[in-house]
Amino acid sequence: MDGATAFDLILSGDRTLFAIVRLSLTVTVLATLLAAVVAMPLGAAVALTRFPFRNVVIVVLNGLMGLPPVVVGLMVFLMLSRSGPLGEMGILFTPTAMTIAQAILVAPIIAALTRQLIEDLWTEYRDELTAMEVGPIGRVQTLLWDARFSLVTILLAGFGRAAAEVGTVMIVGGNIDGFTRVMTTTIALETSKGNLPLAIGLGIVLIALILAVNALAWSVREWAERHAG
Amino acid sequence: MLDSVASVRDFAFAARETSALPIRFEAVTFAAGPTRILHGVDVTLVPGSPTVLMGPNGCGKTTLLKLAMGLLTQIGGAITFAGGPAPAGSRAIVFQKPIMLRRTAAANVAYALRAAGKPADEANVRRLLDLAQIAPLAARPARRLSGGEQQRLALARALACEPQVLLLDEPTSSLDPASTKLVEDIIAQVSASGIKVVMATHDIGQARRLAGDVVFLAKGRLIEHAAADRFFNDPVSEEARSFLAGNLVI
Repeated sequence: MDGATAFDLILSGDRTLFAIVRLSLTVTVLATLLAAVVAMPLGAAVALTRFPFRNVVIVVLNGLMGLPPVVVGLMVFLMLSRSGPLGEMGILFTPTAMTIAQAILVAPIIAALTRQLIEDLWTEYRDELTAMEVGPIGRVQTLLWDARFSLVTILLAGFGRAAAEVGTVMIVGGNIDGFTRVMTTTIALETSKGNLPLAIGLGIVLIALILAVNALAWSVREWAERHAG
Repeated sequence: MLDSVASVRDFAFAARETSALPIRFEAVTFAAGPTRILHGVDVTLVPGSPTVLMGPNGCGKTTLLKLAMGLLTQIGGAITFAGGPAPAGSRAIVFQKPIMLRRTAAANVAYALRAAGKPADEANVRRLLDLAQIAPLAARPARRLSGGEQQRLALARALACEPQVLLLDEPTSSLDPASTKLVEDIIAQVSASGIKVVMATHDIGQARRLAGDVVFLAKGRLIEHAAADRFFNDPVSEEARSFLAGNLVI
């Protein structure tokens, strides 16, 4: 019964539901991209450089992949709250705060996986690129480009983690109706209220979106590998 | 065949200076951890026909090439090019199993041209692909080429920097006779254009076909260095005689 009602909501193009979906996608995509811009070069740099305590950095980076979302939410909340160091920005309980928090959550995943990927690729490419006298910046560019298809998979891992996130966005977004309410927080709220059709509808949309994004990325990857190697 | 020879000359290899030659290995010693790979190798390679490094597996051929390329650093001795360090872009190497960048064959060559500071325009890329006789495969992903095609692409890539010295590490070891012939033809053309070819192989027939002189190594030591005719007809050392007779030299 609830399931049928959920499908009605989806098929009728319910405005509330689609507003929530749109905000969720916006926050998640922006957070993933923001994290990638910082974390991919960071991961590549750790992979290609040798410095004191590098192993410690790698262990920390790997450990941060399991960063508890609520702790990230709490940290960002403390930073952005009125009495916090960035309180003057006035962005707590806004989609911007949610994006920042999700980016912090996802960045270690992208950095750690990129580090491993680039390090493995560097092992393979080292002699060729050294023989071609390719400089450090050129090496990073080459490795990131040649790892591009695998990096897409890493981005998807980050996207999936961000899309499924509840605790962080609940704390820094406040789950404000029509402003910071996203799919996951709505599902949690509506389930607690007993409004199962909307919760189920959003659950279906969330899973469908993640599957669709992955299917699209997989198709692009397959096509690109056939045509570009 | 004639077209390919013309492409080599078009690429202006013939009138090159040889400021990287001779290559002199003086008491070169190399170790990997506690294991000595090379023991005080002394040899001088002069301009001219290909120098072929021969010897059983593990004798140090690849190590010597990697040292000459600057990919490894000796623990003792010195390697000089015309009495000094190798000029930038004067050396190139093709590995036994070359790594293809994850892009098309043409893009691989363009990458090598850019890395060498040369114009990576279509004409230059095409000339190198023509030289390697893989122009029809330009748009194919490099990793999907056959072993022989990949090896020829690696040669084209190596020639992008217009090297004075081309180091080849068993470039045909995993190729069929037809592919081997194509690669050997390119090597002969490159050598004829004035590039010094230094090639490792344990294929005696290939060494007979290509070598101007032979450096024979065993157990990390230089056993013999002689003109190819003399080496094959009248080897001095017992190890070389045994190797040429097809015996297992361990």
